[in-house]
Amino acid sequence: MYRKKRTVAMLLAGGQGSRLGVLTKHRAKPAVTFGGKYRVIDFPLSNCVRSGIDTVGVLTQYQPLELNTYIGTGSPWDLDTVTGGAFVLPPYVKGKSGKWYSGTADAIYQNMYFIDQFDPEILLVLSGDHIYKMNYNWMIHNHLDNGADATIAVLRVPLEEASRFGIMNTNRNMRITEFEEKPEHPKNDLASMGVYAFKWPVIKDYLIRDNADPESDNDFGKNVIPAMLAGKQKLFAYEYKGYWKDVGTIRSLWDANMELLLDRPPLNLYDDPWRIYSRNPNEPPHYIAENATVKNSIITEGCRIYGTVEGSVLSSGVVVEKGAVVKDSIIMAGTLIAEGGRVEMSVVDEEVVIGKRSHVGELPEKGAGKIAVVGKRAKVQAGATVPAGEQVDADATVSKARKGGEPK
Amino acid sequence: MIRDAFGLIYAGEQVMQMRELVEFRAVGAVPIGGRYRVIDFPLSNFMNSGIRTVGIIANRNYNSLMDHLSSGKAWDLSRKDDGLFFLTPFANKETGAYKNIIEALRGSMDFIRRAKAEYCILTNSHMIYNSTYDDMMRFHVDSGADITMLYNKASLESYRGERFKDVRLKIDKTGRITDLVTAPESTNLDTAGMETLILRKDILIYLTEECAARGETSFAHDFIRGNLDRLKMMGFEYTGYVGRMHSVAAYYRANMDLIDPHLQKTMFQGQNRIYTKVKDEVPAKYIGDSRVKNSLVANGCIIEGEVENSMLFRGAYIGKGVTIKNCILLPNTEVNDNSELEYVILDKNVGVRSRTRLIGNEEFPVVIRKGARV
Repeated sequence: MYRKKRTVAMLLAGGQGSRLGVLTKHRAKPAVTFGGKYRVIDFPLSNCVRSGIDTVGVLTQYQPLELNTYIGTGSPWDLDTVTGGAFVLPPYVKGKSGKWYSGTADAIYQNMYFIDQFDPEILLVLSGDHIYKMNYNWMIHNHLDNGADATIAVLRVPLEEASRFGIMNTNRNMRITEFEEKPEHPKNDLASMGVYAFKWPVIKDYLIRDNADPESDNDFGKNVIPAMLAGKQKLFAYEYKGYWKDVGTIRSLWDANMELLLDRPPLNLYDDPWRIYSRNPNEPPHYIAENATVKNSIITEGCRIYGTVEGSVLSSGVVVEKGAVVKDSIIMAGTLIAEGGRVEMSVVDEEVVIGKRSHVGELPEKGAGKIAVVGKRAKVQAGATVPAGEQVDADATVSKARKGGEPK
Repeated sequence: MIRDAFGLIYAGEQVMQMRELVEFRAVGAVPIGGRYRVIDFPLSNFMNSGIRTVGIIANRNYNSLMDHLSSGKAWDLSRKDDGLFFLTPFANKETGAYKNIIEALRGSMDFIRRAKAEYCILTNSHMIYNSTYDDMMRFHVDSGADITMLYNKASLESYRGERFKDVRLKIDKTGRITDLVTAPESTNLDTAGMETLILRKDILIYLTEECAARGETSFAHDFIRGNLDRLKMMGFEYTGYVGRMHSVAAYYRANMDLIDPHLQKTMFQGQNRIYTKVKDEVPAKYIGDSRVKNSLVANGCIIEGEVENSMLFRGAYIGKGVTIKNCILLPNTEVNDNSELEYVILDKNVGVRSRTRLIGNEEFPVVIRKGARV
């Protein structure tokens, strides 16, 4: 018997994030590394805990292994509590009928019994794909004050970009009058963040109806929200004004990391009352050797730097050997850049070996700003080249011979 | 893996020569190695040996020790049964604090009697080394010893006049301990005791009660030396690195040793890790004209100045134009623009104002006490 909770959060973490290419081949997007030591999912999870929400269902589907291992009991986020906790909820077999989550709404529908155990007033649906620090309480207060059936967090985007988002058209009181998914001619600049607060009994009803409709894509944005609007429910938009980033592409992931190198980055990670929790590896402090050069970079524990690192973000346990150079790059945990290796304007995944005198990526001026990507556990052999903008698959080996006629 | 032993850490040492560093904390709670506390080493050694029950005998100033250990979760010691036991002096005795180890063992007798294991591994909280007790335990059982004591080879010179509590063992060819001397003026014995011993629980109880009954107070002299004839006491050599927190200079030296990447590798990046309570810190950030050479830097640091041959614990801020040489900066320190520090130990939460010069030397590093504004 669980205790009654006012709010239960459901975190949608099953997305592939296919635009992240080789980075999401073996992991879901929420498990992608950000800022040296974080995973994307650390942000919504920390937001929950900081907002006093201690019951979080994490809905996984695509490549869940890394994510499941990462979340574990939820203790890194203080979610291993007696009455709540972090619950990893993969799709499961029900009698003869088990099926995958066919959409965001279906994922919640299939876990109705889980939510009902806590008999919540409010269901908070979160996306595990974004970097932001948000106190959900303000949104929930707003939701309750409005007596809303649903409240959708929105942020203002430049009108020319608005056609990439789900756009809310609202009246003066922020009541939503119309919802347009990726409109060609947006009438408004309020874009959905994929953060929803629902009256649980109301949304439950709509989820049941949505499930019964064979035509539906079982998606909140596409189906459920329009159905609620059509049903004359009270839907409100809540404007969030802080930092928010979708790191859904290699470029945006790279940009968001590089922003952290600014003297005053727009995302403040030193914010004590809103510190972002993550699973911390057990590593000693990082070591900078006698002849190493480190400039304008972020370096995590367990790194050993003997070469040059400039304008880069290094996760834990990265080794940069003598004479190796890392510039304008993101290097994830446990990767080795051997003697004389060069990594420029690249995203290198975990446990990669960059061989001696090999060359990955090009500086923006030479490589036209194209970002090279090396997948997890790949090996770039001694003397080999990975040209700017190229992606090396996870577990692949790049040999010197492969270079062929490709540009140096 | 050892299953049939429990650990006991005597964390009540009074190490006066650690000066300001132990003014507000037990020596086991002194930060070391850029992110650890001294007591992480014995705790991790127990953990890596598979020991699931550990008693910590605290005596004075143990607030920060309790704070650090909390439930013992960081060392897998937050268990349903067994786990971490924090043993403090009883207030209803005549004395508030234990005066010696014998008294402390006696005060911890409830825990010792209740512990389910047959053997006890007794150690201290002021030495750092990374080792399991597996080999020592095998040696103890195979050699039929009543007590096995751990030692390493360390010349007197390596102490440079700080012989506080230095115990030297005389060991015969068979490995049996025949004599024991404390803080000798001069000696040719290079066998330095590590205050770590394995013995059966019943022997521990018996000898403790016997010493107490006779009013004996010295662990080395009465408990060990007084029983050399009737018990078989064996020495077991440890060949790895040992750091002894006997004084500020020794503490300083141990930290400087730990900057060395080779020692780093064996101490912190091998099979047996040293575990500690981890704070959620942001990775370190290098800004502008920062220049860092041969240094260890923990998460949460922001570096805009120069750092050489130094160790920065988490959350240090090094301002523009600052030079830090041969220094140890404990957690959350702040050195503001254009200051110069050489051979300095800044304790936790110390702030150094702009354009301040602090210069010590290797034998006598300047120590700035916790929380001070300089």
